Amino acid sequence: MFKDVMEIAGVFTREYSKTPKLLKITDCFILYAVTLAALQYAYMCAFGSFPYNAFLGGFFCSVGFAILTVCFRMQIDPSQREGANKTGNLERVFADYCVACVFLFFIAISYVG
Amino acid sequence: MAGGKGKSSSGGRDHPVRAEPQHGSSKTSNQEKAQVTGNESQSGIASTIETVSLVLIAAVAFAIRLFSIVKYESVIHEFDPYFNYRVTQLASEKGVDAFWNFFDDRTWYPLGRVVGGTIYPGLTLTATWIHWFLKAALKLHPVEVKDVCVMIGPLFSSFTAISTYLMVRQIKGRGAGLLAASFVATIPSYISRSVAGSYDNESVAIFALTNTFYLYLKSIDTGSMFWGVAASLSYFYMVSSWGGYTFIINLIPIHALALLIIDKFNWKLYTGYSMFIVNGTVLAMVLPVIGFNAVETSEHFSGFFVLALMNGVALVKYLKRTLTREAYKKAFRLFVTTSVAVMGVVSLAVITFAMTSPTLRWSGRSLSLLDPTYASKYIPIIASVSEHQAPSWSSFVNDLRLAIILMASGIVSCFRPLTAGSLFLVIWGVLSVYFSAVMVRLMLVLAPAACCLAGIAMSDLLEVLCRSYHLAQPKPEDAGRKEDGQARRRGRRRNSGSSQQRGTIPRPLALLGISGAIFALSYHLFHCSFLGGEGYSSPSIILQSRTRDGGVYIFDDYREGYSWLRENTDYDAKVASWWDYGYQTTAMADRTVLVDNNTWNNTHIATVGRAMASPEESAWKQFRALDVDYVFVIFGGLVGYSSDDINKFLWMVRIGGGVYGDIKERDYIGEGYYRIDEKASPVMLNTLMYKLSYYRFAETVGRDGQDRVRNTKFGNPDVKLTYFREAFTSKHWMIRIYEVLEEPLLEQAH
Repeated sequence: MFKDVMEIAGVFTREYSKTPKLLKITDCFILYAVTLAALQYAYMCAFGSFPYNAFLGGFFCSVGFAILTVCFRMQIDPSQREGANKTGNLERVFADYCVACVFLFFIAISYVG
Repeated sequence: MAGGKGKSSSGGRDHPVRAEPQHGSSKTSNQEKAQVTGNESQSGIASTIETVSLVLIAAVAFAIRLFSIVKYESVIHEFDPYFNYRVTQLASEKGVDAFWNFFDDRTWYPLGRVVGGTIYPGLTLTATWIHWFLKAALKLHPVEVKDVCVMIGPLFSSFTAISTYLMVRQIKGRGAGLLAASFVATIPSYISRSVAGSYDNESVAIFALTNTFYLYLKSIDTGSMFWGVAASLSYFYMVSSWGGYTFIINLIPIHALALLIIDKFNWKLYTGYSMFIVNGTVLAMVLPVIGFNAVETSEHFSGFFVLALMNGVALVKYLKRTLTREAYKKAFRLFVTTSVAVMGVVSLAVITFAMTSPTLRWSGRSLSLLDPTYASKYIPIIASVSEHQAPSWSSFVNDLRLAIILMASGIVSCFRPLTAGSLFLVIWGVLSVYFSAVMVRLMLVLAPAACCLAGIAMSDLLEVLCRSYHLAQPKPEDAGRKEDGQARRRGRRRNSGSSQQRGTIPRPLALLGISGAIFALSYHLFHCSFLGGEGYSSPSIILQSRTRDGGVYIFDDYREGYSWLRENTDYDAKVASWWDYGYQTTAMADRTVLVDNNTWNNTHIATVGRAMASPEESAWKQFRALDVDYVFVIFGGLVGYSSDDINKFLWMVRIGGGVYGDIKERDYIGEGYYRIDEKASPVMLNTLMYKLSYYRFAETVGRDGQDRVRNTKFGNPDVKLTYFREAFTSKHWMIRIYEVLEEPLLEQAH
C-alpha cells in the first residue's frame, strides 16, 4: 500500500512539473490558504473558540480565499479551456478575481473587531 | 389602466411571432445578426417591442396594485405592516443608529422587546432610504413616510417583473421571459401580499428572491466571479428582508447536488456555487437577527455539505486529468478502500454530534414545514396563525389560475433540453408546490416559480403555433405536400427543412390555437384584475359592504377605537388585548401593550389568553398584577364580522392551556361543539371574554336577539360587570374598550 502511494506521488510530481509557472504560483496560494484555515481550525479545537466572531472571520476568509483562488485557477488553466471559453482573457479574469477578493476581505474585516 | 393592461398583454403575446425564442441566452443580438444578415432591422424592431412591453408590464404590475388606494384610501394594511411602519418612522426621524439600538418599552409590558436585534431590517431600511432620497436628494418635501411605505409593495412588484424577465430570458429566451414577467406581474397570489399599503417583508422579499435566482443562474452560466459577488449581495438583501431566505439557501444546494449527480459539473458551476455559499454565509452573519445561526443551525448545513462534496469532485477531476491512467486507477482503488473506513467513522461522529448538540435542532417553523402535523401537535401558537394553515384547493386555483394549469407543461418543456437553468426551475417548482401545500403563506414562493414555468410553457406553445402559421403561409399546398413526402421517408433523411417542419400543425388549427391562447391569456388577466380589485385590496382595518341600493358602506370601527384610546387615556396606560391587535395598538393608539404580533414569548401570550379565559374576578386579579388599565375585545356579533375574538377564543384557551394547567379546552366546549348559546358550557358563559363581548348586548338586539356571526341566540343576556367598566364601544360595536377598576364596584351600586 505504501508502495502504491509512493508510486502515485511520483507520477503526480512528474506530471505536475509540466504545469505552467503561473498555475504553480496559484497553487502555492491555494495551499497557503488551506493550511491557514486548517491551522485556525486546529487552534479552535485545541484552545476553544472564544472570540468566535474573530475565528469565523479568519476561517471564512481563508476558506473563501482558497476557493476564490481555485476558481481563478480553473479559469486560467489552458488545459481546461474548451470551445467558447477560450475567448475569456486573463486580464478580465484577474480583475474579477481582485474584485471578489477585496469584497471578501472587506466583509471578513467586520468580524475581527 | 384598462388600456395599459391590454397593451402589455398584447406585447407579451406578440413577441414570439416576431423573434423566435432562442435557447441559451447569451447569444442575443450578436448571434441574430450573424445568423440572418437581412434581419437586422427586424431584430431592432423586436428588441424595441421587447423593451416597450417590459416597461408596460412593469407599469401594469404597479397599477394593478393600486385598487386598494382607489377603493379605500392610502392607508397601511392589516397587522404586521403597522409595526414596520412604526419602526420606519423611528428610523427616518432619529436615524439608522437609533433603529439598530431600538429597545421597545411600549410593548411586551413589562418585558419590552429588543427590536434592533430581532427584526429583519431590509424592508424598513429600504423605505427609510427611499424616503431620504426623495426628500433630501430630490427635495420633494410633501412626501411622507407613510406614502413611501404604502407604495413599496407596488414598486417592488415592478422590479420583480423585470428580474423575472431577466431570469427566464437567461434560461429559455426572450419570449418566455416576457410571458413569465407578465404572469408574475398579475398573479393574484402575489398581488395579495403586495397591494399598495401592504407594507410587509414579503413585498420586497419576492423581488430579492427572483433577483437572487437570476444572478445566481447568470453566475453559473457565465462562470464569472463578478456575477457570483452580485448574487451573494442580492442574497444578502433577501436575508435581511425575510425569514424565507432559508428556502434559497436550501434550494440552491439541492440544485447543485442534482447537477453533480447528473454529471454536469464544470468550472462555471463551481465558481458560481462556491462564491455564493461562502460570500452569502459571511454576509448573512453580519445581520444581528441571523448572527451565528448561519453556521450553527441545521437549515444552513446543506450548503456546506454540497460545497465540500463539490470540492471533492473538483479534486478528483483534477487528479484524473493530471495523473496517468494506471496511476489514477491505483489511486482510485486506494481512495475507495481508505475512504470507506474513514467515512464510516466520520459520519458516525457527525451523527452523534448532531443528535446531542442542542444548537443543531431545527427551529419550530422549519420542522412544521417538514412534518406538516408538527405544529398542531406541539406549538399552538404557530398553528393558530391563519397564514400557517394548509391552503384549500380552491385557493390554488384562484390564486394561480392559468399559471397552475400551465405549470406542469412548463416542467415538461424544461426537460427539452435540460440545462442547468431549466433544471433549477423544475426543482424550484416541485419543491415550492410541496411547501405551499403545507403552509398557505408559502404560496408566495410558489407563485413566481409557477409564473416562470407557465411563461415557458406558453411561449413554447405559441412558438409552435406561430411557426406552423408562418411556414404554411407562403405556399400552403406545397407545405402539405412536403409533409406527405416527409411522412413517407420518416427517419430517413434529416435536412434543415425537415427539422423545421417537424412539430408543425395545419394552418387553420394553428390559427385556432393562437386565438385560443390569446383568449386564455385575456381571460386570465381579467380574472387577476378582478381578484386584485375585489378580493385582495381590503386593508382589513377598514371594512366595506355593499348596501342594497348598490352603494358602499364603510365600517371604520378599528380606527375609531384606537383614536379613542389615543385621545382619552393616559400616555402610559397599559392596554391588554389578544396579540393580533398589539401592533395596531402601539402604532395607532400609541399605548403600551402586553403582547403583540411578534410572538417571541409564548408564556406571556399564554398569560393573556388565560386571563381572557378566566372568570371575571380572577381575570381582574391577573390583569391588575400586570398593571393593565384597559382591556379591549373585538366583537362582530352586531354586524356579522366573523374574525372577532369569540371566534378566536379557542386558540386563547389552547395557548393558555399549553402553559397553565388549570385551563382545559374541554371545559369550554358546550353540548357537542364550541357554542355560545344556552347550551354553551357554564365555564364559557362566565369567562371574561364572553362577558366583555356580550355586556349590554341584549339592550341593543333584545333578549331574544341573535349574534349575527354565530347565527344563534346568546347564552347569557344578563351580563353584569363588577371589576370592569365599559369605557367605549365603537359605532358598530366592533371594538369594545373596558377600564380595569381599581376597586370592585359594589353590587348594589351597579
